[in-house]
Formats: sequence, C-alpha cells, structure tokens
Amino acid sequence: MNDALYHKAVMRMAATSKGAGGLETPAATATVDNPLCGDRVTMDITMADGVITDVGHKVRGCVLCQASASTIGEHAVGQRAEDVQRVHGRIHSMLNGGANETPEPWTEDVSAFEPVAPHKSRHQCVLLPFDALIEALATAKSGS
Amino acid sequence: MTFDSAAIRRQFPIFEVPATGGTALHYLDSAATAQMPNAVLDAVRTHDASARGNIKRGVHFMAERATEAYGGAREKVAGFLNASPSEVVFTSGTTAAINLVAHAFGQSLKAGDEVVVSELEHHSNMVPWQMLRDRSGIILKYLPVTSDGRLDLETLEATVTDKCKLIAVTHVSNVTGAVTNVSAIVAAAGAVGAKVFLDGAQRAPHGPVNVAALGVDFYAMSSHKMFGPSGAGVLWGRAELLADMPPFLGGGEMIRSVTKDVTTFADPPARFEAGTPPITQVVGMGAAIDWIGTLDHEAVTTHLNRLTERVLNGIADLNGSNGRIKVVGPQGLQERYPVISFEIDGAHPHDICQILDGHGVALRGGHHCAQVFMDAMDLAGTSRASLGPYSDDSDVDALLAGVEDAFARLGVQ
Repeated sequence: MNDALYHKAVMRMAATSKGAGGLETPAATATVDNPLCGDRVTMDITMADGVITDVGHKVRGCVLCQASASTIGEHAVGQRAEDVQRVHGRIHSMLNGGANETPEPWTEDVSAFEPVAPHKSRHQCVLLPFDALIEALATAKSGS
Repeated sequence: MTFDSAAIRRQFPIFEVPATGGTALHYLDSAATAQMPNAVLDAVRTHDASARGNIKRGVHFMAERATEAYGGAREKVAGFLNASPSEVVFTSGTTAAINLVAHAFGQSLKAGDEVVVSELEHHSNMVPWQMLRDRSGIILKYLPVTSDGRLDLETLEATVTDKCKLIAVTHVSNVTGAVTNVSAIVAAAGAVGAKVFLDGAQRAPHGPVNVAALGVDFYAMSSHKMFGPSGAGVLWGRAELLADMPPFLGGGEMIRSVTKDVTTFADPPARFEAGTPPITQVVGMGAAIDWIGTLDHEAVTTHLNRLTERVLNGIADLNGSNGRIKVVGPQGLQERYPVISFEIDGAHPHDICQILDGHGVALRGGHHCAQVFMDAMDLAGTSRASLGPYSDDSDVDALLAGVEDAFARLGVQ
C-alpha cells in the first residue's frame, strides 16, 4: 500500500515542487486550510484576458499536497478558470472511483494520484491546491 | 508482579481484526478513542437485549429496569470520581460538558470578568470560552506553554487577577501527555475566589479521579476514551455551583412543571439532562468503569511507563542517527502519561502516519485539535502515539520500524 501511494512519480513531483515560493506581485492570491489536518496552501496567480499567465504556491502540507501543487505549477499556465474547474471535477471523480478523464496536459501527472482513491482521508490533500487555485481565480475575476 | 498484557489484549476482540495489508493491529491511538473490552461490549448488548426502555417516566417493567441501569451507572461514575451522584451530569461527551459550563456557569459572568485557559488546550476547552467571550464580553486569557509542552506557570500569579472567575485547563494534554500542576492552579484560583474547571478526557482512562482531593470545581470526561461507547460523557460539578446554574438545553426530563407561561426546572443533575439521554451508552460507560476497576493500576502504570520509555529512547536513537526526529513534549517519564508526540524534520505527519499504517500501526497525525499549541510551538502538526493497557512491546517495535521506513520512503537522511 505504501509502495502504491508513495511511488516514484508522486515523490518526484513533490520534490520538483514546480511553482514553489509564490509570486512577487500576484494579481490574485488565495489561502485555504484543511481544518482536519492543518495543511495550508497559498496560491498566487497572474492573468491576462482570463488566462493564467503565471502561478506560484506556498504549501504547508504532505507529499500528496506538495505533488498536487507541483502539478498546478506545471500545467496551470495557459488555463482558464473553467478549465481549472473541469480538472478539479475530474480529479474529484477519479478519487471517488472513476477513470482519469482529466484533459491534457494534466492527464499524466494526475494519474499519479489514482492510488489515493481508496484513501478517502487523503483526497483533500490532493484537492486542496486546486481549491486554492479556484479561489484565487474567483478573486481575480471579482477584482478584489 | 509481571504485567500480563496478552491477557488484557485477549479481552479486546478488535485485536483479532487484521489491519492494513493483513498485518496485526498495533493500536496506538487510544488518546483519540480507546478500544472496548468484551465486558463493555457485552454490557451494551445485554442492556439493549434485556433492559431497553426509556428512563424515569414509565411505570412498566422495562422502564424500571432501564431507569435502574441508568441510575446505577451514575453511582459508578460518582464512585470513580469520589463524588455524590447528584453532582454527576451525563452529557454526550467532554465537549458537551464544557459547553454546558460555558453556557450555564457562563451566564453568571459579565463583561470584563476574566476566564483563564491555556495554549495547551484542546479546541473543546478553548472554543466554548471564545464563544462566551464573543457573546458576553468576558476577557479570555491564555497561560503559555513551555518548550517541553507543559503549562508554563511562571506567569500564573500575574495572569490570575481578582477579575478572574474561572480557570479552565487540561488535566493531561492530548498532544504531549503532560500532567498539569493542579494544586498550583487551584491555589491561584482560590487566592482570587475563582473556580477551576479541569478537562479530564485524557486522564480518566488511567483510573479513578478524586475530585475532592484535587480541589477543583468542575471535571469532564468522555466514555469513549475510557473504554466505553462513544456518545456519553460526564460533567461533575460541585453541588452548590450546579444548583445556581440555569439550564443549558431545554426539553423533557429537565423540568419540574410546564405551563404556557411559566416553566420551572428540575434540580441538578436532571436540570442539565434534557431529552432522552444516551442510555445505552451511559450503561456502557458504567461497565467501562467496572472494567477499569479490575486493573492493577500500579502494574499498568509500570507497564506503560516501560513502553513509553522504549518509545522515547527509540526516538532518541533514531535522532542520533540523523538528527531529524524529536519528541514534542516532556522528554522523560516525570509528570506525563503515555501520549507521545513527535515530529520529523522534512516529513509531514500525514505521510508518517500513512506509512505507519502500512505496518499496521494506528497513529494520529495533524494538529490534534490543538492549533493554538501548534502555533506556539511553530509546528503545523505532530505524529502522536498514545498507549493503552492493551499496548505491548510488539506495538512499540512496529512503531519504531515504521518510523525507520518513513525515513527511507520520504528521503529523510
């Protein structure tokens, strides 16, 4: 079980931590907490014409949370809010027993989280960075 | 006398259930919830199979049997606490007990009165007082913690002023296992005429609590942490204090008479037991107290101290090899119970606990409902091992082996 969860791809993604450190001048930022465990993700974005142009994050969390944030660091640039919502929904479905139907370019990296599906207590570890990104996008849209 | 942990373990059918991957279960999460022995499981089933009825109001046979069982449990709790049954209020747990005091005793407090808690508290003994502060304008003060996870009493005298009406602190920390210096707390409160509430959720599983000797005014504990069913707990309060407290919840059982215009209320403890209580769970709690009474507490303490010392030494040895793991809390056996939190630099408690789960070890990771304590220690969370009388050397062996595995898998050098 540990081999399935803590496999090379997830460990690599967590170690790579693409986008770690946040942005110097984000257009929007959001911080979300997991009240069950104390994990915290801060997501910074810049946007142009409704498209994410840069993303950075600060993560206080487990390997799964870090790997998920790194996935966002790899693939969020060029995405729109509705794209991110779709990816979030597809990850949620996958974690709840469905197939990995996330669109490219997310598909391969998201597949690293398939072994998390049987562990409901760890689902939010994967989803928390996406929650933060969605909230940052909402902040950007509202202009506040 | 050699402690026979195997004989204790055989009384708990949960240990026949394989854990993750078919491994043996190494249950080190008793601070979260304790396991239930056959004696309690049987008592719960027997009650529902042979004495199930609603209590107090019915005159029929089953109602009388249920009433007798419920009253019998109250007497057992009173004996456990060295108190009068009329001072024992059944609640749904420690959290409900604290909320009861915060509301009912809290109504006697006015804006500017002070309540003292601590940075070590479980959220259940912090949030209700914060809510009282926000409702009533009382001033909430926090005793700090020491670097080894104890209440820091150096500022006690300065913190407890003549405006203080209540000090509400933990008896034993759910994160560090540290025992509070209750006599110092009681003395400080007494000097200014304040009352003392003790959160006994972590202390009660380890044997009878003499509330009279402690000199406190309120005490709370939870059935599910002391080998009983979840859904029941106790608030003990001094008779004169309970007598002056208004009801918390309104409804059946807690009244004397009800008209459209005026309702009068029952005396304590009924005044604070609105509605049908968790009868079966209370009976189970009584059975759990009986079971605790069968233990040789001196032998259990010696056994758990030996296991605790193995864990502490094991962690120290692992730290000696890479300097990355440390105990968060008391480093030795003095003034502590078998609750041991640790952190690994560069590894998240969730990952540590997940990897340990692969070894059949049930550990708890996170902030343990003590976020203020974690902030004070500049930590996001810890991994926590908490032992019970059924814990044995194989549990400690599996814990330490699992931690070594976590080092390897998470790249902690």
